[in-house]
Amino acid sequence: MSTDSINTSLPVLTAKDFASDQEIRWCPRCGDYSILAQMKKVLPTLGIPREKFVFVSGIGCSSRFPYYMNTYGFHSIHGRAPAIASGVKISRPDLQVWVITGDGDALSIGGNHLMHMLRRNMGLKMILFNNQIYGLTKGQYSPTSPVGSRTKSTPVGSVDNPVTPLCYAIGSEATFVARSVDVDIKHLTTVLEKAAHHEGTAFVEVYQDCNIFNHDAFLYASDKTVKADNVVYLEHGKPLVFGKEVKKGIRLNGMHPEIVELGKGITEDDLLFHDEKATEPSLAFLLSRMRHPEFPEPMGVFRDVPAPIYDKRVTEQIEAETKRKGEGDFDALFNRRHLAGRVEQVRLFSLHPPN
Amino acid sequence: MSSTEVLAPEQQPQPVKKSEQLDSVVIRFCGDSGDGMQLVGTQFTNVSAAFGNDVSTLPDFPAEIRAPVGTLAGVSGFQLHFSSHDIFTPGDEVDTLVAMNPAALKTNLGDLRRGGTLIVNEDEFEKSNLQKAGYDGNPLESSDVISKYHVHRVPMTRLTRDAVAGLGLGQKDADRCRNFFALGLVYWLYDRDRKPTEDYITDKFKKKPEILEANLRALRGGVNYGFSTEAFTTHYQVPRARLAPGKYRKITGNEATAWGLVTAAKLAGKNLYYGGYPITPASDILHELSEMKNFGVKTFQAEDEIAAMASVCGAAFAGNIAVTASSGPGICLKGEAMGLGFMTELPMIIVDVQRGGPSTGLPTKTEQSDLLLAMFGRNGDSPLPILAACSPGDCFSLVQEAVRIAVEFMTPVIFLTDGYIANGAEPWRVPKFADLKPIHVEHPAGRAAGHFGAEGNGNGEGNGESEFLPYKRNEKMARPWAIPGTPGLEHRIGGLEKADITGNVDYSPANHHKMVMNRVNKVAGIANYIPLQEVEGPQTGKLLVISWGGTFGAVRTAVQNCVEQGKSVAHAHLRYMNPFPRNLGEIIKRYDKVLIPELNTGQLRLLVRAKFLVDAQGLNKIQGKPFVVHEIMTKIDELLESK
Repeated sequence: MSTDSINTSLPVLTAKDFASDQEIRWCPRCGDYSILAQMKKVLPTLGIPREKFVFVSGIGCSSRFPYYMNTYGFHSIHGRAPAIASGVKISRPDLQVWVITGDGDALSIGGNHLMHMLRRNMGLKMILFNNQIYGLTKGQYSPTSPVGSRTKSTPVGSVDNPVTPLCYAIGSEATFVARSVDVDIKHLTTVLEKAAHHEGTAFVEVYQDCNIFNHDAFLYASDKTVKADNVVYLEHGKPLVFGKEVKKGIRLNGMHPEIVELGKGITEDDLLFHDEKATEPSLAFLLSRMRHPEFPEPMGVFRDVPAPIYDKRVTEQIEAETKRKGEGDFDALFNRRHLAGRVEQVRLFSLHPPN
Repeated sequence: MSSTEVLAPEQQPQPVKKSEQLDSVVIRFCGDSGDGMQLVGTQFTNVSAAFGNDVSTLPDFPAEIRAPVGTLAGVSGFQLHFSSHDIFTPGDEVDTLVAMNPAALKTNLGDLRRGGTLIVNEDEFEKSNLQKAGYDGNPLESSDVISKYHVHRVPMTRLTRDAVAGLGLGQKDADRCRNFFALGLVYWLYDRDRKPTEDYITDKFKKKPEILEANLRALRGGVNYGFSTEAFTTHYQVPRARLAPGKYRKITGNEATAWGLVTAAKLAGKNLYYGGYPITPASDILHELSEMKNFGVKTFQAEDEIAAMASVCGAAFAGNIAVTASSGPGICLKGEAMGLGFMTELPMIIVDVQRGGPSTGLPTKTEQSDLLLAMFGRNGDSPLPILAACSPGDCFSLVQEAVRIAVEFMTPVIFLTDGYIANGAEPWRVPKFADLKPIHVEHPAGRAAGHFGAEGNGNGEGNGESEFLPYKRNEKMARPWAIPGTPGLEHRIGGLEKADITGNVDYSPANHHKMVMNRVNKVAGIANYIPLQEVEGPQTGKLLVISWGGTFGAVRTAVQNCVEQGKSVAHAHLRYMNPFPRNLGEIIKRYDKVLIPELNTGQLRLLVRAKFLVDAQGLNKIQGKPFVVHEIMTKIDELLESK
């Protein structure tokens, strides 16, 4: 974690230190509980003082998250969390800022802010709780709901072509992109840890069960009896293998992935090997296009590459300009126009009334 | 040098020319938007300000960057008033009009006073240009024009081409020097020093020696033309103004706003964060601040107005002097996040450089029609303090006052200027930084400083220390500004209603009522911490004229003129729009009638009538132009004469 200062003399923090005194008001068995629990587990491992964490959220069920964390928190307005978090991070690069959002918040009303947050590559960590439904407004379809979703606002089925969050993130040049599932505790913890350690913007999509309005939308990826055949866990430098017997794999056929059975002349060497460090996002994008039920859906880190970081560069520019021009002198400013890049001439003059 | 080289006037035989002294002069340069009228206007302003005149300017340009050449839509103008006494406006009527083409003549001639001087580039008055301007014949030959004005038909295109001949310039480049020819001529006419402009040209074109030389020659050519041609028999002098002693410089409203903000941040011991999105006429504030990185200023050009405002909320939470600036359409988009700033009670500044509305309206023209938007443009009961600057230089000090109010009362503050103030310039008395008043900011110190006591605000861990209470208020009803990074003060804020004192989410009826009233009363209570309203003129009488914002100069001049004529009229100019100064109601009662001139349909009038139950009359102009003095004087007379 090179963006955040590590204080080795800190008292050892535990998950409990990150729990606020507020009663949690998510529905019983909501997937949000698990994400909150894993977050509280991950933060004490980062070596960052508690007061240096800020959680910023928008509007939606997931966005109540900051109230349940005993850190600095800002529950804001619909879709704008990335912009608010940007203001925090640009002005205070020393803070570790997490953005908590949902599929409607991030991809519908806040779609524009999301794109710009990702492309700028600030040191922000975003968790997008994707439940494919508007929960807080009681069950309308969302931008990630599949075509044909029957909801309160689409009684005969939605006709919207849904967005795939990871495709959007990769298309916006996000430098860290990952996916996990709310109840997959170990996997989610690992992904959150990796996100926390990424220096630029980290984007994590979590499949989250809304057990009231869209229960079991992700059963294929969370149910232990079936998920082995429906998801493929990405590991850097390893081939893409999956299935109960770990006998299936993903092979590239030209530009297209295909499912193959291992054995019968096909070995792991024939499979697609994951490279999360690839500079070009093509592979990550290809993986993000693999959707259930045609393909097993990849889980884990799709992309993790270094790139210049916005808030660092802002600070560097200020340091460089201060070095070049000297620290701002107000009397000199008032008296003399001395700003680089301007040729407008402003002449000083003294006016003393003639005696 | 070719044979067309122009000799300096002192090297030439001296024709006999009269010199007359004038008190003040209004000049307007107008031409195509590519003719460089803003540039020569600014040069004339700088030179006059440097000489020591009081100056006031009115740039007037089209919203299109380059409308089709020669058309009425493409006309750009720059008016300036320079004087040997205090002036507050760019002038009602134009004394000297410089028109570079027929379209410019057509759109501006109406403002030239009868008997005024008209200087035209006659080369441009040919058939196709006359047609584009909608003239049937040549107006320069019409008896109406010739009898009303002193017309000088100057073949500027030809003379400029002659002046630059031999430098190898193409015709297009040669013609681009015509503005300096015109400027030179007017310099001669008003006996201005051309040296500062020569220095400017030398600096600006130092990488293009031919262009540099051509512009210098054009400028001198214009001076010499005035000097030597018989058409100009007189030139004029406007002596120095007697302003208060001190050092002055020229400043525009946007510059003064930007500098005032950086100054305020420094005075508060904080960094300035600016989140903005480009919009006319506010963008210059962003440009200005983005060059001030060595003052610790961070500027963020956001993806839209919404994000700019939202980022300001984040930066304010993080402990900065956080600012955004925009104009009407942008302020509409910012409304939701401004409401969040109000609800979370964080200090921040929202600058609204007003322009003609509604919607896209008149982007480059001035108006005062966002007052009610500033007052009421958010959901719920969400009053914000509003301050309005009265002149370009006033922006500097008043925006510091806005920052003081924001941090002392923990609230967003709206700072209103307008296109006229933002782009207009006036002499500004240069302050000394050490003389400026510090701005007091307090952050609770948290655990590290052992700051918790019976009074306050602990860490909420229940181990003997008192709990941190983010909504516990001080005597000004402001809540504490605890910033991230402070150990022990971890807390959550947000747009949901919060419980009094603790700041936990709370929807209960009595609490909501109390919190709404807390916020409303906090802002209303600011009236106890701002100066009383002052009145210029008699303290009681027949008529009180109330103005606000950029109409200050015209109204002040009009009332002064009327007072000099012995009329019973006084002037109160408001800079605090919400809350009003606490003596305003009492002042209003001392006059029989109240007049409120505004560049809108009567927005302040609505507020004054509602608040003070007074039958205030309006004078309303919605033309994208500021008031001229005589419009207000006429209305004053009308009200004084009627029963």
